[in-house]
Amino acid sequence: MIYDQASYRDDSDELYEPLLVEKASKEVAVEDGPLPDDLTRDTLEMPELSEPELARHYTRLSQMNYGVENGPFPLGSCTMKYNPKYIDQVAGLDDAAVHPDRSEGSVQGVLDVMATVQDYLASIGGMDEVTLQPPAGAAGEFTGIAIARAYHRANDDERSEVIIPDSAHGTNFATAAMAGFDVVELPSGEDGRVHLEALEEAVCDDTAALMLTNPNTLGLFERDIEQIADVVHDAGGLVYYDGANLNALLGQARPGDMGFDIMHFNLHKTFAVPHGGGGPGAGPVGVVEDLAEFLPDPHARETDDGDYELYEPAQSIGKVHGYHGNWLNSLRGFAYIARLGGDGLADTSEKAVLNANYLATQVDLEIPYGPFHHEFVASAGDLDAADFAKRMLDYGVHPPTTKWPELVPEALMTEPTETESIETLDALATAFDNVLAEDEATLASAPNRTTAGHIDQASAARNPRLSWHALEDGEE
Amino acid sequence: MSDTTEPGNPFTPHTPSDVEQMLDAVDADDATDLFDIPSAVRFDGELGIDARGEQELKREITETLAQNDELVEFMGRGHFAHYVPSMVDELSMRSEFVTSYTQYQPEIAQGFLQALFEFQSMLVELTGLEIANCSIYDAATALGEAATLAQRVRSTSGDRVLVPELLHEGKRGVLENYADGPDLVVDTYPMDDANVDVDGLEAAIDDDVAMVYAENPTVRGTVEENASAVGDLADEHDALFVLGSDPVAMSLLQRPADVGADVVVGEAAMLGLGTAYGMGTGIFATREDYLRQVPGRLVGASEDDDGRRAYTLTLQTREQHIRRERATSNICTNQAWLALRVAMHAAHLGADGMVDLAERMVELPTELAADLDALDGIEAPVHDRHHFREFAARTDRSAADVAADLESEGFAVHAIDDHLLQVCVTDVNEHATDDLVAAMEAVL
Repeated sequence: MIYDQASYRDDSDELYEPLLVEKASKEVAVEDGPLPDDLTRDTLEMPELSEPELARHYTRLSQMNYGVENGPFPLGSCTMKYNPKYIDQVAGLDDAAVHPDRSEGSVQGVLDVMATVQDYLASIGGMDEVTLQPPAGAAGEFTGIAIARAYHRANDDERSEVIIPDSAHGTNFATAAMAGFDVVELPSGEDGRVHLEALEEAVCDDTAALMLTNPNTLGLFERDIEQIADVVHDAGGLVYYDGANLNALLGQARPGDMGFDIMHFNLHKTFAVPHGGGGPGAGPVGVVEDLAEFLPDPHARETDDGDYELYEPAQSIGKVHGYHGNWLNSLRGFAYIARLGGDGLADTSEKAVLNANYLATQVDLEIPYGPFHHEFVASAGDLDAADFAKRMLDYGVHPPTTKWPELVPEALMTEPTETESIETLDALATAFDNVLAEDEATLASAPNRTTAGHIDQASAARNPRLSWHALEDGEE
Repeated sequence: MSDTTEPGNPFTPHTPSDVEQMLDAVDADDATDLFDIPSAVRFDGELGIDARGEQELKREITETLAQNDELVEFMGRGHFAHYVPSMVDELSMRSEFVTSYTQYQPEIAQGFLQALFEFQSMLVELTGLEIANCSIYDAATALGEAATLAQRVRSTSGDRVLVPELLHEGKRGVLENYADGPDLVVDTYPMDDANVDVDGLEAAIDDDVAMVYAENPTVRGTVEENASAVGDLADEHDALFVLGSDPVAMSLLQRPADVGADVVVGEAAMLGLGTAYGMGTGIFATREDYLRQVPGRLVGASEDDDGRRAYTLTLQTREQHIRRERATSNICTNQAWLALRVAMHAAHLGADGMVDLAERMVELPTELAADLDALDGIEAPVHDRHHFREFAARTDRSAADVAADLESEGFAVHAIDDHLLQVCVTDVNEHATDDLVAAMEAVL
């Protein structure tokens, strides 16, 4: 049993841990201060606990949470790899904590790191220039599509459509819509890949871009990628690479060499920046040379004198973040890449792909599409994938991503990453197979060994209670 | 594991015999055989990145960053620092928090969910609005999201958004990009002595305006005295009043709900993080009416099958992974771990601590401005207002030259116009105000 929290259920009949304000709170009157009363609020109520009490509260909360260091975390598309400790230590260096409006001359160290990690990412992606400004993968998509829009406008060629395969991440669709494009959904071929003829039918004079993940969300490499890129380019469109699955390709293949014009990287997936419970991430965007003049403002570069500066690219799309993005994550990403080097990165992808393929041979589930790379999508068959996942929790492991992509019925999208050992993969396989052998009633009653039992999602949405105030109102 | 780990990759646990066993199982001679990549796009080159040992690399990064000049920063304009208690660093770094992910399996993520629920609750308390999400990237992207929300919720079409003429260029720039897709036009209204010029706003607003944005404190550090009037004008034209602020300022200044704010956006990273070259923690709070149009993640309370209170991400049908091109936003990854740190820091301060800190942020700039004003060649503050953390100062010499000379003396301030400096003072640099005044005297 890797992770067992069943003892948490014995503590209280009502709560696993009280809210801070339920332990102690204090309401203060705001008065007699340096501002006139008409410019101030009346009262403020906040938790009122000593530091030792807070330390216990947050330690307890941490114990009711599962991270990569608690056990395997094979959440497909999310690349939940081990986060090396030194990268957080360097992010905590005093010299990293500078104000974003400092003069360029006074922050040469920061700009040096930025320009260097830009170069590293450009080399890894086969791109010519990289911006670090987008603060997350979705923000990277937004940046990339804004660059595509600016490029077409600069050519007096306003285009209205973005083509996205049906198996793509939901962010692709949302991004295209946010940027004002109509989404043209591309049905996958029978082999789970882009169907060239369908693509040829979909492109037209209005095609601004194709957004593509490679390997795609089924873990399959788009073998026709060069022809795919040609079809889009021939129609005057650009090809965007969604970097969510880049962990499969480090040092093995580069989006730039495949014909992609724009790509984003996820520093929090591929480059070991901790996921932090859902962020902060970082979503740098790389472009080919012709698009470099559209990158966000400002952009870091090395001068001929060997100094570093910020400049505004000639036809910049402007800003996608108030300042320079999630700088501390750019620094963390630099530290990870520099530790591994080119050979270590290539080995990373080899082990990621080996681990996924090995795990697949050890589970009894059907995996309809292949050959896959760093992740595979198994089917829970007659079982409900969501219930399957809940039952996996009882075996002390984090389950895969469920019910997506929809091309696989009752999908279990599984990405073990390179940082798991063969012993852990075997334990994970045992968890899969144990659940598979169980009946639906057992699955439906799971989980039993987690902090909380099965949580009623429907009632949370039907009767939204989103703050301690709402809980108090509910009790009145 | 009997034999040693393979050389070359410190973060993979595979021994040579593990690899052999695994390759046998998958029926391959080499891991590279598993890649289904056409040879034409296979990468055979070198990435040109040398590997470094951990010690060597830490030394390299330390030395690289040491190229930064050591300056005492008196800078703000949206990116602020307050002292972050050690407890926040130590406890937020617990690996169960920092290495976890979005809470798609809430039964093993109760800890983080509860911390985010508490973060949301603190923002509800501070804003007086009913709903707060569990963060947006930063203040600028939160403003962009607010503009598109304003357009979506409006009963009739409205394609203009109004922002103050004095606005941080990063916020303005990001807003322009968010406005492009939905064809929103960003227009400005005038300011009067760094407060909203109410007559000017009235002249600028019409029934085509979906959002009016104002800030308290403003980008000049002034306390906004006309917030209620902005709320009234927005109401009259069926526009949303979006107010920019931060958790420390809201501890003292007029409660946003009381001045008619429909949405509160802003920056919270001065709690829990501080100076980080612009990395932020965006906040987003709004009225219950707009619940289903909120961008980003929401944590709600529910019950588990034992009937105990439990937390879960909720109303996910707003989000991209379900709603795709009809989602309220493409945001998924946010600043969750920084939100956790904001909540820890705010809880550490408590209500008294938050209000005391905020009151100090009114007193400190007043004191420093008076000290600078006593010098020849500088007038401070420029604006005849109450200030929060920072103020503008007029210099006889070129402000850029003064700022550059101050840098030589070891201080960083903003030069915001030909003869305007901006100076920010908080608990983290107040120990150095006498030194700053002396340096200023030397360079004026």
